[in-house]
This record gives sequence, structure tokens and C-alpha cells, in this order.
Amino acid sequence: MAKKDAPPRWDRKMQQRLARGEAAALGELYDRFSSLVHGLAHTVLGDERAADHLTRDVFAHVWEHPDAYDPKQGPLRSWVATLTHRLAVQRLRATETAALAQAGQGSTEELERKVRHASVAARADYIVQSMPVPLRAALELAYFQRRDYRQTAADLGVTEDEARRRLRLGLQLLSTAHDAGAAPGAPPGYGGAA
Amino acid sequence: MNEAQRFPDRDPDRDPEEDQEEHKETQETKEPKETEGTERAKGAKGENGSRDATSGADGMSGGNGDDQRPTPDPSPDQPPRIPLPRASVEDTGRPLPALEDLGDPTPRPAPLVLEHRVLKSLLGAWALAACSTEETAAVEEHLGDCGLCADEARRLREAVGLLHPAESLDLAPSLRARVLEGCLERRPPRIPVPEWATPYDAETARLDALLQDFGDAEWHAPVRLRWFEKDEPTSRRTTVAGVIAHLLTVDGLVAIALGLEDPMGEVTADRPTPAARTDAYWRASHFPPTRAVRAPWREQTHALVRTVSFTGGGGDGGGGRGKLSVPYGDFELPLHDAMLDRAFECWVHAEDIAEAVDYPYEPPSGSDLHQMVGLAARMLPTVLSARRRAGLAAPAPGRHLVPAGEPGRSLRLEIEGSGGGEWLIPLDSPAAVGSAEHEVAHVALDGAEFCRLAAGHVAPAEAAAGQVGDRAAIRDVLLAAASLSRM
Repeated sequence: MAKKDAPPRWDRKMQQRLARGEAAALGELYDRFSSLVHGLAHTVLGDERAADHLTRDVFAHVWEHPDAYDPKQGPLRSWVATLTHRLAVQRLRATETAALAQAGQGSTEELERKVRHASVAARADYIVQSMPVPLRAALELAYFQRRDYRQTAADLGVTEDEARRRLRLGLQLLSTAHDAGAAPGAPPGYGGAA
Repeated sequence: MNEAQRFPDRDPDRDPEEDQEEHKETQETKEPKETEGTERAKGAKGENGSRDATSGADGMSGGNGDDQRPTPDPSPDQPPRIPLPRASVEDTGRPLPALEDLGDPTPRPAPLVLEHRVLKSLLGAWALAACSTEETAAVEEHLGDCGLCADEARRLREAVGLLHPAESLDLAPSLRARVLEGCLERRPPRIPVPEWATPYDAETARLDALLQDFGDAEWHAPVRLRWFEKDEPTSRRTTVAGVIAHLLTVDGLVAIALGLEDPMGEVTADRPTPAARTDAYWRASHFPPTRAVRAPWREQTHALVRTVSFTGGGGDGGGGRGKLSVPYGDFELPLHDAMLDRAFECWVHAEDIAEAVDYPYEPPSGSDLHQMVGLAARMLPTVLSARRRAGLAAPAPGRHLVPAGEPGRSLRLEIEGSGGGEWLIPLDSPAAVGSAEHEVAHVALDGAEFCRLAAGHVAPAEAAAGQVGDRAAIRDVLLAAASLSRM
């Protein structure tokens, strides 16, 4: 579904309303971001119930710390995605570490690989969801509908040059999912432009 | 998500030179392994990998001098992953080259000569296997010469591995209530959503979630709105989008009462009733309503919940606007009852929609259902007395009306299931008090069934209700419940 970008005004007002303790604002926040939060959590954790729990943690965190979000730093959506990513990876690492300690098999390298893999997958999902609609539509046709770029151009009503440009740009954006930063608090790929 | 499996043999840190080697190798050998690698990169598109291998192999001389004309690809939109040969020797009429010449590792010119700029622009399409055969060949040829492009090509191929069909996971509708409740326990709200507005908040969120993935077919699916009028079942045909337009215009009555903008805009109805407003809105648009109606409907629902949170909490006292009532044209409801009424309508029409598109839809949560039944129970005495005045209900057997505030003849309404409870309905006067001592009849039915009755979706005679006592009183109450329904 196409998501229109929330104007910064909405983000600012939402932050103020949450800070004011307005329960109705919390409901609206949930209505706007629950799919995003739950989807990312599910990609990282791979489990429905764990994703439910994490969704609760994320919204509780925002509700309890509305001032942690600074509208000047970027869209609320990216901030929520970053927060979700951080909490989900934290939880994955904690459960995997516990499992490792209990089972006594596997290695910390495997654990790290799993965490990294989940992390990249979650960023990739977010990038696809947030990329400009024309790019996503082109990738959709070329990859899922198996159209070549000329057919993609015809389907989208754009020149072949433009179709090639969109496919390349879309993949370039997507490839930034691999650029994992070392700092767990600031996973890249959740920028407003992506 | 399994890009690791898709690229088991691809090391991101690998030297681009090595990759170029691989591309050269691809051109020189029939090794099917190379095709598999590309097939994996294609992910979901990979089933035709074997055909690719065939057509790719067709093009390869493999150093045995057995050059063949390339077999035309049977499906031009699925180019082979392996470059086809340059001009075939048979076309040139020259003698076949010596075997040792074919072993020459230096790249030979591709048939398609493209500028670097064009080759670069093709990298995305190439990574997605969305180029023509000739272009694929030209790109792969080029990757052997250009480190920068080879680097980008590998990066884009890896990115393709990250694509996967979007899993459309429907969030459990109950998750919303659980999440919000958890939050509000940790930090109590300074401005809570009034209890009587939470069913509306929950029901509108549920309906919005149902609409989430609707395509045009669903938005234009026919829906039959059903209700009771003059004790007869009545219906109107519309579409899913038409139902949302109906909810938008009737919710608008509450919006107007709260001083918010009327969603009807320039459109004027001859009467301020739900039906007249809906009709006027439907008629005013040149085209049937579309999915475009969802956003204004949803914005208004959020605005209503937001606004009533500031009206003083109690709804029946407290703040200056607490005594606000909402005119429905023929009658008025206090704000808190109007919000319950709108929650009820939202659920009823969400069920109509779900039925029209064949989706499952659950009843409201127990506590929300309880509040909605409570509203109907509160409205019944007034409706009964109006029906009696109109000659539609049996006259009160007593000589006099029961004085206000006194106990009167009552019917015990027992609602079973989640959200159930018992209500004593005074039968003879809206001003009387329901009384167990004056109970003359007892009706028991399931909460959802009662709501269907009150929505006009079940005929009073057919409602699955356990009944004991005064038959006329029971009949009057069930008919009165059905008459609560409207368009």
C-alpha cells in the first residue's frame, strides 16, 4: 500500500500530544506505525508472539519517553523504525545468548552472524517500504512480475532509460541495507530519504 | 529472507578482479554451476535456470570448434544468464578457427557495442535479469573490463537477494487494545480517552484494518444495508465505499455537534437525519464513492476521539461541554450515547462489509459489547413509549402511567456471553425505574444476537431468544429493539 509521507507538522504535533499525555494521540500513533513496527520486529525475531511483545515494548517506550524524539532530527517514522530495530536486535541477541548458554552448542560467531543477517533483512524491508513509489513499482514489476525493463517501462508509461534508471537506483538504495554500522544504537538505512 | 543461502558462494569482500575472472570463465565454459549462481540471484525468477543453461551453452564454443548458431531464446523476456557468442563463424563464411585460437583468453568484441554510460545504466536491469540477451552479453563482457561496474554489479546482485514477497501479516485486532493498555498502565494519561469513547476508538481501528488491503474489487463490492422500518425489513444497495461514505456523513453529526467541520462540505441535505445526509452525499458525487473516502472517514474518526477526550471526561457532567447532545434530526442523544451509537454502527457496517467481501470479522471485545448493549437497553423504554403512542405497542395494562422515579413493570434482559449482563427494562414509562419485584418477563439471548436484532439484521420473531413470561411484553420489547435500527 502506498504510504504518503507524513508532513513534519504531523510529527511535531504528535510529539507534543504524547508529551502532554494525550491517550488519543497514542492510539493514532499505533494506527500509523503498528504495521511498520510489527513487520520489522517479525523480520528480526521471526516469531509472531515475540513480535507482539516487541510491539508493546516499542510503543511503551515512545509513550514513556516522548521527548526522546526530536523532530529536528528527522521524521518520526524513521525514528520509530530505528528504535524498533534496536530493541528487536537487542531481544534477538538476548534470547539467542540464553539459548546458547542453555544448549551449550553453537558458537558466538554463529550468533553474531544470525543477528547480522536479521538486521540486514529488517533494514532491507524498511528500505523497500520507504523508497519512493516509482522505484518500488519498477522493482515490483521487474522482480516479482518478471517483466524485463522494456516491459517495465511500458507498464509504467516511462521511457526505457527511465525504467533502467529506476531499477538501478532502487537496487542501489536497497544495497545500503548491507552497510551495517558498528554502533547498535544507530543502524543506518532508516534515514528519511531512504 | 535468505540472502545467505542465495549467495553461499559470494563473499562481499571478494576482490572485484576475481569477479571479473568469474565473468570471463562464464563466457568460456559450459559449466552449469555458473548458471546456478545466477539463478539463485534471480530468486523467485529462477525456475527457468535450466533453459538458461541450455541457451547459454548453445552459444559457447567451449573450445571444441563446434560453433553453432545461437538458438533464439524461446521467451525474449527471459534472457539467458550466460552471454551468447559474438558473430557466428558460419555467418562470416570464413573457415572455422583453429582449436588453439579458441583457447585465447582475451575478450573478443561483443556484437552489441554500447557506451559505458549505457552499460552502467543497464546494471540494475542486468542484476534483476531484466535485459535482452544481447544487452546481458554486452554488460557481462563489460564487467570483465571495468572494475567499478563489476563492483556495482555485485552489490546490486546482492541487493536482489534481499527482495522477497511482502508478507502481509494481519495484526491481531486485539493487539491494539493490549498494547495501549500496557502503555497506559506504565504511564497514566493526563488526558484519557473517555470510557464511552473507547468502543468507537476500537471499532473504527478494526474497520480501518479490514479496509487496509482492499483492492478496487473490494471497494466496489456490492453491499446491502438492512434495517427495520415500520416493523418491516428494509434494505438499500450500495458498495463498500458507499458504506464508508455513509459512516462518514453520519459520524459527521457528532462532528458538527462538537464544532468540527461537517464532512459534507458544500453538499446540503434537506433534513439533518442520517438517511437524508447519506442520500444527499451519495447523490452529490458524479461517480460512485471510491477508496478515496477512506482517508477523510479515518481522519474524522481520529478527530472525534481526540475532541471528546477534551470535553470533560464524564460526558454526562464535568466539563462545560459535558452536557452536549447530538441532534440526529428526529431525536437527540447525549454525546456519550452518540459515541456508543456510532461505535455500534461502525461494527454493524464493518460486518456488512466483511460479509460482502467474504472476510471473517469478530464481534467487539466483551467490555465494548457490554457498553453497546447498555446503550440499547437505555434507549428501549423511550422507544417503547413512542411506539405505544403510535399504536405500535400494547397499551400499558395499568390505569395510570408509573410516576417518574417509581418502580414499574419490568422486563429482565439477560445477555449471555462475553460482554453480557442483565438489564431491567421499565416497560410502562421511560421515567420509571426497572424493578426486579415488578418483573413480568425474562428474555435471554447472546450479546451478538441481540446486537444483530438491534441492527435490524435479524427479525424479532426469528431472534434466538429464550423467553419466559408476558408474551406481549416480550414481543413489544423485541420489536422495539429492531426498531432501533436505521439506515
